[in-house]
Amino acid sequence: MDLRVRIGGLTLANPLIAASGCFGYGVEYADVVDLRTLGGVAVKGLFLNEREGHVPPRIVETPSGMLNAIGLQGIGVRRFISEQLPELRRRGAVVIVNICGTTLDEYVEVARILSDAEGVAALELNISCPNIKEGGITFGCSLTGTHDVVSAVRRVTRLPVIPKLTPNVTDVASFARAAEEAGADAISLVNTFLAMAIDVHSRRPKLSNIVGGLSGPAIRPIAVRMVYECRRTVKLPIVGMGGIATAEDVLEFMIAGANAVQIGTMNFVDPFIWRKLMEGLTSYMQAHKISRLQDIVGTVDTTAREKAWISS
Amino acid sequence: MPSRIDTVHDVDAAVTANRRLSVDYNVLSLDASEIATAARPGQFVMIRPSRSLDPLLRRPFSIFEVLRDSGGRPSGISIFNKRAGVGTSLLSQLEPGARLECLGPLGRPFDPVDPPAEAWMIAGGVGLAPFVTLAEALAARHTATTLFYGARTATDLYCIELFDALGVRIVLATEDGTLGTHGRITVPLEAALHRRPLGQPVKLYACGPTPMMRACAILAAEHGRACDVSLEQVMGCGLGGCYSCVAPIRRDDGRAHHTRTCIDGPVFDAQRVVWDVMAEHG
Repeated sequence: MDLRVRIGGLTLANPLIAASGCFGYGVEYADVVDLRTLGGVAVKGLFLNEREGHVPPRIVETPSGMLNAIGLQGIGVRRFISEQLPELRRRGAVVIVNICGTTLDEYVEVARILSDAEGVAALELNISCPNIKEGGITFGCSLTGTHDVVSAVRRVTRLPVIPKLTPNVTDVASFARAAEEAGADAISLVNTFLAMAIDVHSRRPKLSNIVGGLSGPAIRPIAVRMVYECRRTVKLPIVGMGGIATAEDVLEFMIAGANAVQIGTMNFVDPFIWRKLMEGLTSYMQAHKISRLQDIVGTVDTTAREKAWISS
Repeated sequence: MPSRIDTVHDVDAAVTANRRLSVDYNVLSLDASEIATAARPGQFVMIRPSRSLDPLLRRPFSIFEVLRDSGGRPSGISIFNKRAGVGTSLLSQLEPGARLECLGPLGRPFDPVDPPAEAWMIAGGVGLAPFVTLAEALAARHTATTLFYGARTATDLYCIELFDALGVRIVLATEDGTLGTHGRITVPLEAALHRRPLGQPVKLYACGPTPMMRACAILAAEHGRACDVSLEQVMGCGLGGCYSCVAPIRRDDGRAHHTRTCIDGPVFDAQRVVWDVMAEHG
């Protein structure tokens, strides 16, 4: 059985990737999950320098989901390379570094520093975090901004470049196209949906940041639709995510058009989810006599659904 | 520190008892020998209150008791649950035989002191939860231990018999004066600190509402006593993945940083907590 996925020059052993912001720097989980068994680990978003992030409350539970406004707390790219990367390499993780910037120059510098480090497999460009004021999502909500960040990073690295798209736009597929034209090796989507929850007794927002990003199974059907739209628009490999909780959910994203997937919120609920997803994928492949999992990518059959009952 | 892969277990635990203490409080016993065997005082578990996706996240609970079989071997744990939201309401209603996913033990444990030092545990409300396991560890070391336990009213003081059985001296306070000292628990604590000669060592352990822990930290500093606190923040994963549960903690460089209470805590040196910030946002 072949579960491999190609993204640019990178081959992942399987399509299951830990989502950035949901898996620390990976090292935190190294004793719970054999990192070697994951397709990849997308580490928590890194700026050039350390950031403290927002004050609590940083998360709030919502129906079948959660809002977060962590504010990209992080140790900065240099400390990541010296303190976390060696352990990730020792554990055999395929390390995808999620990079952030408040300016174009910061993305470029972080990308350059990581390209010189040993043991980074790919760069995921965070142009979609809804929880910070400057940079990030402002690039991801503008077609020229998306194009500029991707092409600027493209020029300074040989590593696969994977912009992570925001769903907080009217037409996500146009952003996929902008990324493709700028030289991206793949795209990942979706980041969280900008959302809000209010305590009716105190009339205060439940998050200190007032608004935050919605994730979890609540968003899954929207994310699947967005992956489907992007698949129809670009040839790039797509890394799909949004509330994946079961192997069936993984398959749904892949049939919609994702080559690989990321698991985020449900890893909080079940840190042992990886084994269950892998078992589910292999038993599906056996049951449907599929030898290469990539053969199901983008195979959603809409023809029967498009037939009218009554011709007019 | 031992590698965590040997000590963190995700147990599909059967509920063996649900002891209802009042309308709002219950003690839920779970069959989880792996967790019970590995547990150290003050550690916690992450419990999934439902198998459905709503409510979604696990909730952190201190390991209240380590339960033992007739041979004295650890066979399970209990949690001290206060009904507050959707998850804790579900946990208050469970009957024996129900099953729950329970992940643990997690977090940095208490460091129990040895004689001749005494241990003074200060609990407010549901903050009683981590102190049974600490009291057991202290009793095993023959450390003289006192529990200062405060609540709003006498009927909100629970499970004192567990501490009695371990030989713990008990000092109570209620805000309405229905039992023990009339007022906050820090009133008898402060009096005891004044009475204790400096040559006689004592370590404080506090868990409860932020204002109570802050008051304990200030009293401990004034009297030159060590004080550990167990912080409870809203937690997403319990393993260091989500960065939800941070508290402002001073590091060795003297600067405060947002620090994850799940893996760097929940137990911290009280003097490292930036209480002004905690009080504002906690």
